[in-house]
Amino acid sequence: MADTASLGGLAFDETGAPECCREPYALVRQWLDSMPHGMLDLKRREAELLFRRIGITFAVYSEQGDRERLIPFDIVPRILGAEEWKYLARGLTQRVLALNKFLHDVYHTREIVRAGAIPETLVLHNDSFRSEMQGFAPARDVYTHVAGIDIVRTGEREFYVLEDNCRTPSGVSYMLENREAMLRLFPELLGRHSVAPVASYPEELHDVLRSVAPPHCEGEPTVVLLTPGSFNSAYYEHSFLADEMGLELVEGIDLRVADNVVYMRTTEGLKRVDVIYRRLDDDYLDPLTFRPDSMLGTPGLFNAYRAGNVTLANAVGTGIADDKSIYPFVPAMIRFYLGEEPILKNVPTYRCGDRSELGYVLDHLAELVVKETHGSGGYGMLVGPHATVAERAAFADKLRARPDNYIAQPTLALSTCPTFVESGVAPRHVDLRPFVLLGEAVRIVPGGLTRVALREGSLVVNSSQGGGTKDTWVLER
Amino acid sequence: MLSRAADSLYWLARYVERAENVARTVAVGYRMASMALSLGSNGNEWLSTLITTGCEAGFFAKYDEATQPAVIDYLVRDLENPSSILASIETARRNARAVRIALTSDMWDALNETWLGLREMDLDFSSSQNLLQFLDWVRARSQLFNGAYNGTMLRNDAFYFTRLGTFIERADNTARILDVKYHVLLPTHEGIGGALDYYQWQAILRSVSALRAYHWVYHDRLQPWLIGELLLLRPEMPRSLINCFDQITQYLDRLADGYGGRRGECHRLAGALHARLRYGRIQDIFQLGLHEFLSDFIDRSTALGDEISAYYLT
Repeated sequence: MADTASLGGLAFDETGAPECCREPYALVRQWLDSMPHGMLDLKRREAELLFRRIGITFAVYSEQGDRERLIPFDIVPRILGAEEWKYLARGLTQRVLALNKFLHDVYHTREIVRAGAIPETLVLHNDSFRSEMQGFAPARDVYTHVAGIDIVRTGEREFYVLEDNCRTPSGVSYMLENREAMLRLFPELLGRHSVAPVASYPEELHDVLRSVAPPHCEGEPTVVLLTPGSFNSAYYEHSFLADEMGLELVEGIDLRVADNVVYMRTTEGLKRVDVIYRRLDDDYLDPLTFRPDSMLGTPGLFNAYRAGNVTLANAVGTGIADDKSIYPFVPAMIRFYLGEEPILKNVPTYRCGDRSELGYVLDHLAELVVKETHGSGGYGMLVGPHATVAERAAFADKLRARPDNYIAQPTLALSTCPTFVESGVAPRHVDLRPFVLLGEAVRIVPGGLTRVALREGSLVVNSSQGGGTKDTWVLER
Repeated sequence: MLSRAADSLYWLARYVERAENVARTVAVGYRMASMALSLGSNGNEWLSTLITTGCEAGFFAKYDEATQPAVIDYLVRDLENPSSILASIETARRNARAVRIALTSDMWDALNETWLGLREMDLDFSSSQNLLQFLDWVRARSQLFNGAYNGTMLRNDAFYFTRLGTFIERADNTARILDVKYHVLLPTHEGIGGALDYYQWQAILRSVSALRAYHWVYHDRLQPWLIGELLLLRPEMPRSLINCFDQITQYLDRLADGYGGRRGECHRLAGALHARLRYGRIQDIFQLGLHEFLSDFIDRSTALGDEISAYYLT
């Protein structure tokens, strides 16, 4: 069942079909048309074998059967032209800089609240506001060293930010491995395009991490990657990045804090740690400061952090910047901190916590997507146009019971990209997650992770709910 | 390197070696059991197999009798037995995954494909053909892993810890194989030198791939004290106890040198055990009592493993 966007028209087909063929897809269109059906299937299976051999699986928590699954990889690339990428990059840079300034402000004098641009309660009563961070400035004032900004497209030059991910955004290893797979599967096709390389990401990230070493550090800082361990769904990515950057992959138990200094346990004794790229939620970082039942963190880590003896990337407390109830104010942040007009648009968002907005939402449930303010992974949400009357009624009850817990947005017709499915090559909805790095400056590796909803008409791209990924090509010319 | 990473490498190597050794031992047990009737044995081949693999206690907690199907099942695919072939590969792979970046891609491939292969196999061994084929496969996969790690790892501490794992496990296994023959299979004087005895010795040499090697070294019929010497004191025999300890002391020394010369109890203990073998004579060992010698050795090797853990891996 195709869905229609409340924001205008049918979904934008990135190849330009049926009227024409858009420039970036010209060669691929030809290639697809000339490809025998059996060949694509062969290549798809080759890709699957490749990923399984590498072991790039992820764990699905809710399933009982196969604990390790592959995220389906679609062999048709998603292509962006040079100009459209430049435009996106400017928008992303602006957005991440504003989010960082917001975070600094939130944990200091909250000027933006004083100016009346954001309600005080939304900040101070927010579950993601970490009062432990009040008055502390991390190295270089950087909070979101790595941000994953989820973008959807509804037209030629129409891009919306669906979500900011400022805590522990994941998926970059898929971006990198997808490119490797394409290089192996279709070297000639890649060769005929001038595609911007992505392999520099680990190096760039490493540079960022080194640039935020604490003041005591002379010479090369010791940087480590802190993982919850091999049972975490994103473990492959943790080990992949640590390997690419040449960092020790540590778990909480490998670290010790003594006199507010962090050490790791090595075969030669204790070694001081200066920067920690942590892929662990705030809650689990330190049982002495946060959740006392956490077995994944290190006691005393937060104190060492506030003492300025170790840098954590991303900083503690960044959740307030990607909180869905704060999301509607990001354009205001851009204007307030940078004095600029936002380049990338926000999706109009209704906060159900506001009485009049709740009224509108309840009246228009059939057209809206309703999400939990603190949810993730596409769970706990309602896609109005795809739900039954009964489902909408049940959800309305939930909304009335806890309105503060929800926000609503019009359904967007995400752009589509040709995808190799059961019946052949067909359009499927995609989104884009570029990874934005911030150290001394903003650095963005061209492209990012394209996620694709594999079921016809589906708008849900999350891997935990059956979505897949594609390689993203940014053409240099 | 991270203590936990070294620990994973050490145990990963131990468990791959263990899987291979269990496969070898089961193959031998199978061979001896099929000859037992014709050679008039007292039927304790499967019991001896359990003891060699150190699985006796666990087995009898579950079963009353050491029958062929029960023992095979327990040693090959029972996940409740931490030393079964299946459990060993599972543990090895889990350790590998936990320390993935310390492995070369060849090592990971060797191990991951073994694990993937096991998952797709029908592990039903009611037909002997399946069992022997399977055990050959396990041995081949272990040898592939050994070849992969020896051929591709950088010669640094990660490599030394991996080698230590392989040889600590192998030493333990060789000592047990020999001890079981003496102590369990045909411990009394009756029958020594008889057909059954002879076939049992042959089977044991086969299990450590040393049957032909024996004849090359000794140009003689199988003699127990020469077999003992081959498996304990002959450095040219790759699975001999002395060869294992040559490797163990060598790698402990390289670790110590790499870490600025620090040595601990594990170094002293390994050196002492090595010296016993290096300067030992087979007639003295037999005079003391082979079983006494081997039991003591097994205990001290276990202690050595504990000391290595305490010194480097925690």
